Amino acid sequence: MSGVEQTTAAAGSVAVEDQAAGVRAQARATAPSGDTPAPVGGTIVPRWLRWTLAGAAALVALWLPNGLYPTVAVDIACWALFAVAVDLLLGYTGLMSFGHAAFWGTAAYATGLAAIHWGLPFPLAVLLGALAAVVLAVPVGYLAVKRVGIYFAMVTLAFAQMVYYIANQWRSVTQGENGLQRVPRELFGLDLSDEYYFYYAALPIVAGGLFLVWRTVHSPFGRVLVAIRDNPARARALGYPVHRYKLAAFLLSAFTAGLGGGLFAIGHRFVSLDVLHWTTSGKAVIIVVLGGIGTLWGPVVGAAGVTRLEDWLSFAGFEQIGLVTGAIFVLTVLIFRRGLWGTLTHWLRRR
Amino acid sequence: MVNFLQHTFNGLVGGAFLALLALGLAVIFGMLRVVNFAHGAIYMLGAFGAYVLLTEAGLSFWWALIVLPLALALFGMALERLLVARLARLDPLYNFLLTFGLTLILQDAVKSRYGVQSSPYDAPAILSGTLDLGAFDFPAYRVFVLVIAIAVCVGVWWLLSRTRVGMVVRAATERPELSTALGIDVGRWVTPVFGFGIGLAGLAGVLAAPIRAVNPLMGADLIIVVFAVVVIGGLGSIFGSVAAGFAIGLVQAWVQALGEDWALLSQVLVFLVMAGVLLWRPAGLFGREEAPA
Repeated sequence: MSGVEQTTAAAGSVAVEDQAAGVRAQARATAPSGDTPAPVGGTIVPRWLRWTLAGAAALVALWLPNGLYPTVAVDIACWALFAVAVDLLLGYTGLMSFGHAAFWGTAAYATGLAAIHWGLPFPLAVLLGALAAVVLAVPVGYLAVKRVGIYFAMVTLAFAQMVYYIANQWRSVTQGENGLQRVPRELFGLDLSDEYYFYYAALPIVAGGLFLVWRTVHSPFGRVLVAIRDNPARARALGYPVHRYKLAAFLLSAFTAGLGGGLFAIGHRFVSLDVLHWTTSGKAVIIVVLGGIGTLWGPVVGAAGVTRLEDWLSFAGFEQIGLVTGAIFVLTVLIFRRGLWGTLTHWLRRR
Repeated sequence: MVNFLQHTFNGLVGGAFLALLALGLAVIFGMLRVVNFAHGAIYMLGAFGAYVLLTEAGLSFWWALIVLPLALALFGMALERLLVARLARLDPLYNFLLTFGLTLILQDAVKSRYGVQSSPYDAPAILSGTLDLGAFDFPAYRVFVLVIAIAVCVGVWWLLSRTRVGMVVRAATERPELSTALGIDVGRWVTPVFGFGIGLAGLAGVLAAPIRAVNPLMGADLIIVVFAVVVIGGLGSIFGSVAAGFAIGLVQAWVQALGEDWALLSQVLVFLVMAGVLLWRPAGLFGREEAPA
């Protein structure tokens, strides 16, 4: 899908800290040097603009629950994490996972169970949930990265459906169709029952997850991922173990999606089978495409837009949300493939 | 032994649906490189269409069996012309996403009109009895389904291997650029083939109406199973898809026959088999290896 991708990476400011220590030395040795031109369709974002954007985003994030229902604000934050995780694979590794609900949902269940049975403080429960998602992602990713393109999408979709069936049948743990109810929201005795305060308590986790992905994308490791996306054969010829890089990206993506899923469970105090259904995976992909593939900001904006729209529709008593989201999606794919953020940067660059 | 025969028979019937759906997917994929996510929704439209024709127009199962696959095939051809063709030059993932969006629209459109509860639909009177074929009494309707499905699969095989149209389609499937270079008008067959695949899904839907619960979500989870079937058989392989469809149907029925405790295994079995196939032969049992990546 490289035709519509923008890489907002500034090749010149590639830093040497790396999420995956094992590939560090190797990646640094062959990482693009400062004067390498940006990839086709890419932009070099000036440093001041990047800081302005980050500052503006921080302000919006801090203001959000004052302008929206705090519940919606929490949802936006969770879906933003989920969508960015999907974009790490779709936009920066060239792999479209259509089964990320498996990681989002597994983390939601694991977080909910940890909070209910062990009474853990919620950040710890969320972290445990995300780690559970990573554990699941190891076999799924190992098998899925054997295929590319449309096959990868179908394989991830199929494995996610398997997880869905297992959760549905494993009633003693997941409570089947009743779902996990009354998930506690514990944080050292603080009263977080008000969504407004919970939003601020959850914000550091969301910011941490987003920063993790941003840092990865702009690391030498992330540059290798983009190289694999653009030309896997060449990346392999240069000596990069392509499968291993893809798997590492897959695990990181599962972790980030897991953070979102865990927070989602705590935020709603309820986990239902919906979190594992393929429509949830599809919604995450919709958000990424609508926001702009390969832009990181795009999925965040897309998450805000879709969540807000769904909230508005259900508030207006409109039940068939699929009609609207489906139509938006069809139109996006047909005529708006750059997505919101991609269109914006494209427009700015032409001026 | 009688029990075993019965489960085998039921497995073949279940496999017939998987095979018909997988066959449609494989034909479309071969010609267009499009994985049609909406295949399950079309199957649902077939079954729902039969129900609506009966209740609102008084048309019997036999009318539905002829009219609906044709109508849906036309619908598919319009879809191809109006939407799918616009994305033909792009990464196939875009058409996957497009048909995913269509699935949401079709499902919710039916849901908003008819609700989510299942609608009853009876098999035609002439097929409501049983056939005594010696070993045990076969429900006549299921025998009918199996016969139709096998006839369709054989018919498609005949079309592809013995007719000029089939030759063109096979050539276009195997080497699209080369076929075009040799002066074969590949583009001419894209729309009809897409319509044909959609029509097969519609046919499967009509056949399913009397024995499966007819509701807007009946194709939603089935399509994922069909995807796994197609990965097992090898996405480009038409024979592989059909064979894998019947085989998965059989094994599912056998495992289900072991009892309630095995329900989960019979549901996830297809995905486990898929995992095994990916480890052993990533291109599928009958698929060709694509370019390494």
